[in-house]
Amino acid sequence: MPGKSASRNKTELFLDGAGISRALTRIAHEILEHNRGAENVALVGVLTRGATLAKRLQALIEKIEGAKVELGLMDINLYRDDATTRLDQPVIQRTDILFDVVDKNIVLVDDVLYSGRTIRAAIEQLIDFGRPRSIQLAVLVDRGHRELPIRADYVGKNIPTNRTDRVNVHLDEDDGDDSISIERGAGK
Amino acid sequence: MGLASRHLLGLEGVSAEDLTQILDTSISFREILERPIKKVPTLRGVTVLNLFYEASTRTRISFELAEKRLSADSINFSASTSSVKKGESLRDTVQNIEAMKIDMVVVRHKSAGTPYFLTQCLNSNIINAGDGAHEHPTQGLLDMFTIRQKYGSLKGLRVLLVGDIKHSRVARSNIWGFKTLGANVAICGPSTLLPYEAERFGVDVYTNLDEALEGVDVVNILRIQLERQQSGMFPSQREYTHLFGLSSERLKRLNKNYTIMHPGPINRGVEITSEIADSESSVVLEQVTNGQAVRMAVLYLLSGKKGEPEETES
Amino acid sequence: MSKSPVKKQETKAAAGIGSNYDLIVTGGDVIDPRIGVLNDATILIRDGEFVAVETDKKKVAAALKATDKSNIIDATGKLVTPGLIDLHVHLREPGREDEETVITGAQAAAAGGFTTICCMPNTTPAIDDQETVRFVLSESVGAPCRVFVVGAVTKNRAGKELAEIGDLVKAGVVAITDDGDFVQDPDLMRRALEYAQMFDIPIMQHAEDKYLVGDGVMNESFASAKLGIRGRPAVAEEIATLRDIQLAKFTGGRVHIQHVSSAGTVDAIRRAKAEGVKITAEACPHHFSLTDDEIEKKFDTNLRVNPPIRTQADVDAVIAGLVDGAIDCIATDHAPHSAEEKDVEFDQAPAGMVGLETALGLIKTRLIDKGYLSWTDAIRKLTVNPARIINQPLGDLSVGNSADLTIIDPEAQWTVDPSTFKSKSRNTPFTGWELSGKVVKTILRGKVAYSSE
Repeated sequence: MPGKSASRNKTELFLDGAGISRALTRIAHEILEHNRGAENVALVGVLTRGATLAKRLQALIEKIEGAKVELGLMDINLYRDDATTRLDQPVIQRTDILFDVVDKNIVLVDDVLYSGRTIRAAIEQLIDFGRPRSIQLAVLVDRGHRELPIRADYVGKNIPTNRTDRVNVHLDEDDGDDSISIERGAGK
Repeated sequence: MGLASRHLLGLEGVSAEDLTQILDTSISFREILERPIKKVPTLRGVTVLNLFYEASTRTRISFELAEKRLSADSINFSASTSSVKKGESLRDTVQNIEAMKIDMVVVRHKSAGTPYFLTQCLNSNIINAGDGAHEHPTQGLLDMFTIRQKYGSLKGLRVLLVGDIKHSRVARSNIWGFKTLGANVAICGPSTLLPYEAERFGVDVYTNLDEALEGVDVVNILRIQLERQQSGMFPSQREYTHLFGLSSERLKRLNKNYTIMHPGPINRGVEITSEIADSESSVVLEQVTNGQAVRMAVLYLLSGKKGEPEETES
Repeated sequence: MSKSPVKKQETKAAAGIGSNYDLIVTGGDVIDPRIGVLNDATILIRDGEFVAVETDKKKVAAALKATDKSNIIDATGKLVTPGLIDLHVHLREPGREDEETVITGAQAAAAGGFTTICCMPNTTPAIDDQETVRFVLSESVGAPCRVFVVGAVTKNRAGKELAEIGDLVKAGVVAITDDGDFVQDPDLMRRALEYAQMFDIPIMQHAEDKYLVGDGVMNESFASAKLGIRGRPAVAEEIATLRDIQLAKFTGGRVHIQHVSSAGTVDAIRRAKAEGVKITAEACPHHFSLTDDEIEKKFDTNLRVNPPIRTQADVDAVIAGLVDGAIDCIATDHAPHSAEEKDVEFDQAPAGMVGLETALGLIKTRLIDKGYLSWTDAIRKLTVNPARIINQPLGDLSVGNSADLTIIDPEAQWTVDPSTFKSKSRNTPFTGWELSGKVVKTILRGKVAYSSE
């Protein structure tokens, strides 16, 4: 999301397309290494950009390993902990997890890890689909400021931020370009 | 984003955007019903009162399940008679219950306008589960959802409602909702059971079922109440079935694909034969399942919308 | 009514001018329904009776000079009319004193500019015997408005057997009615019309056939079709009216159709009048001000009334009937109901709305300002015409008549605020309406009965 006062705030480009691509390739290798191959591994992307990243990871893993990896998409809004305190409910997108999660090693994929609340919601929702063997977490950016005891297993880039900064992840499929940038002082 | 109103009182006047938002959201909830755990924590901490002043089994159960599947707490208040006769006014009854901290009220009542009345007494979001012969908006929505599921869109479809249109809240919600989403709506029934100036609803009006069926995509058969015959609206059940009952002989002439709907409960052999009700064209049970998804979507979308009662001076 | 007001006027006037008066209303534009508007006229009153209506400047000056200042009302810029008469009011006493009493109803009437009201007998018990008539009349002693009683046509208003109509007349009733209910049995109605002729009183009919009305609670129209609310069709009123027209023609009796609300009823009455049938009719402000599509906006139970508010075509027809005289007078059908009884689901609410304190403003705003009626025409429908129906020497400024006057500020703008009502009840659908034309003073028998100041 482009900041409305981008001209006033300092925007730093943190990672370009090539950088994102390198980070995802590394994550794909780490996932395979950690799980000793692709067997029983499934990816679940958190809508919207986490799902895009999960699709890219799926392609990378299948290319490296030459084996099929299951992919699911998830809208976590129904599991948010602020669902009854907001004025207008967000539009619910489709959750598509068409495989059996039981005994799978599930890698949750999201773009930015921040407070950890989204991932908590994703974990809870995933468990309502069944009992995976493990749930792992892959994120493109970890910007710190956790409010829950959650950490990522695979991190593309650690970016130190203030709470007032805004991290913008752009992905080609959703936004027309690949980039990670920071607007200092643009967040709440 | 979000619906224009914090209540769902009827489908008359609800915009195509809002109807579409509810129906789109329902798709996600419909999917939840296929999960092993058919429950999400979304409305944890929200308390819903199901206020049923009229006997109802399926609508009440459907709402109750929808609430439970959203992790809301629900309580049921059923009264077969109006509280007026028990000496306590409806306002007192609901204000007392709301004082126990209620967030949403699902109401069914024999008097048209009661859901509106509640918006004047309460802070809660009000959902109309049927008020007299006025509206039954969640039934209208689930019917639209079911048609969209099968045809993708209502635009340009010919939908026929058959039966006691005059006393049917389902018919009214159907007419408003279907028309807003672009369907061509026709109604057919005995002239004694058609509403006054029915064509002003913007529908085609028939009293001959065979003519009405021509070119139809969806037929929604309404339940015929026995008491209508007793009050002289038609001479006999036998004659009703003869003139307005849906049978395979009638449908054979159609020469095209069609969908049969019924809001239930069905009088088998009266307004529809068992053969048709159970045929492949019938989506009656799918309607019931979809009803839960639509009600979950409505509860979800309205739950975020808090507000003060719209008390008018007097 | 066979009086000879002209002669009386001469003698009294001759004796009167120049001497001290009990009350003088001067400087206003006086509407005498017999004549029209007299600009800057002065009304002289003594012993509770009209002495003269004077426009001669010298005579007025002499009268003012001879009269104590405290007995002079300056009505400059105001309209002065004969005291208004309402043929149709519910005072709820005996039985529902929580909703209205004879006194509070009379106070509301005075505040609305009425000096005479006729109360309906649908009380508990019904006003169907001498004793109850006398009770109501005794309660009205000292009230700021004259109260006439309308007795029941049938015992306990049950529509089964005639009430003791002769006794009722003896006790003072000016008409009979089973208002609230139609006298459904045509044979009974025939007998009532025949019998009432002996006393030269009209039968006021609530014309709605009960079988066609069923348990309907609003007009049957597209508005009721949309709401799925059971309708009371216009044809119920029209059939009831047509039947009574035929019975009146057959018996020679006098029937007065109450609260005409449908176009078909107006037509029927117009045709009957042309044929010479002894029929009169009234219309209520709500029937020329409101349409049934108001109901779906808020399900306001104050819009629930019998006969119901109907469509724009009906409203137009009622107004046309008032304009061409098919409808003789305007009555309020003031029907107080408690807040508790109205604060319920729409179809659970009792029918009726208060009307005494909004009638004149609605007549000015909806009929006079829109050019349908002149002030004189409107005042006729509130004075001489109703007086004639109940056969009372009221409603004009004839010398010797009871000095009842209404002083109106014709252009005063005001907003309907039920909390200011004198009536015990507040059930009006007109809350917040901006109206024009306000009662400034009401004078009953030569004494100020109400003053807005």
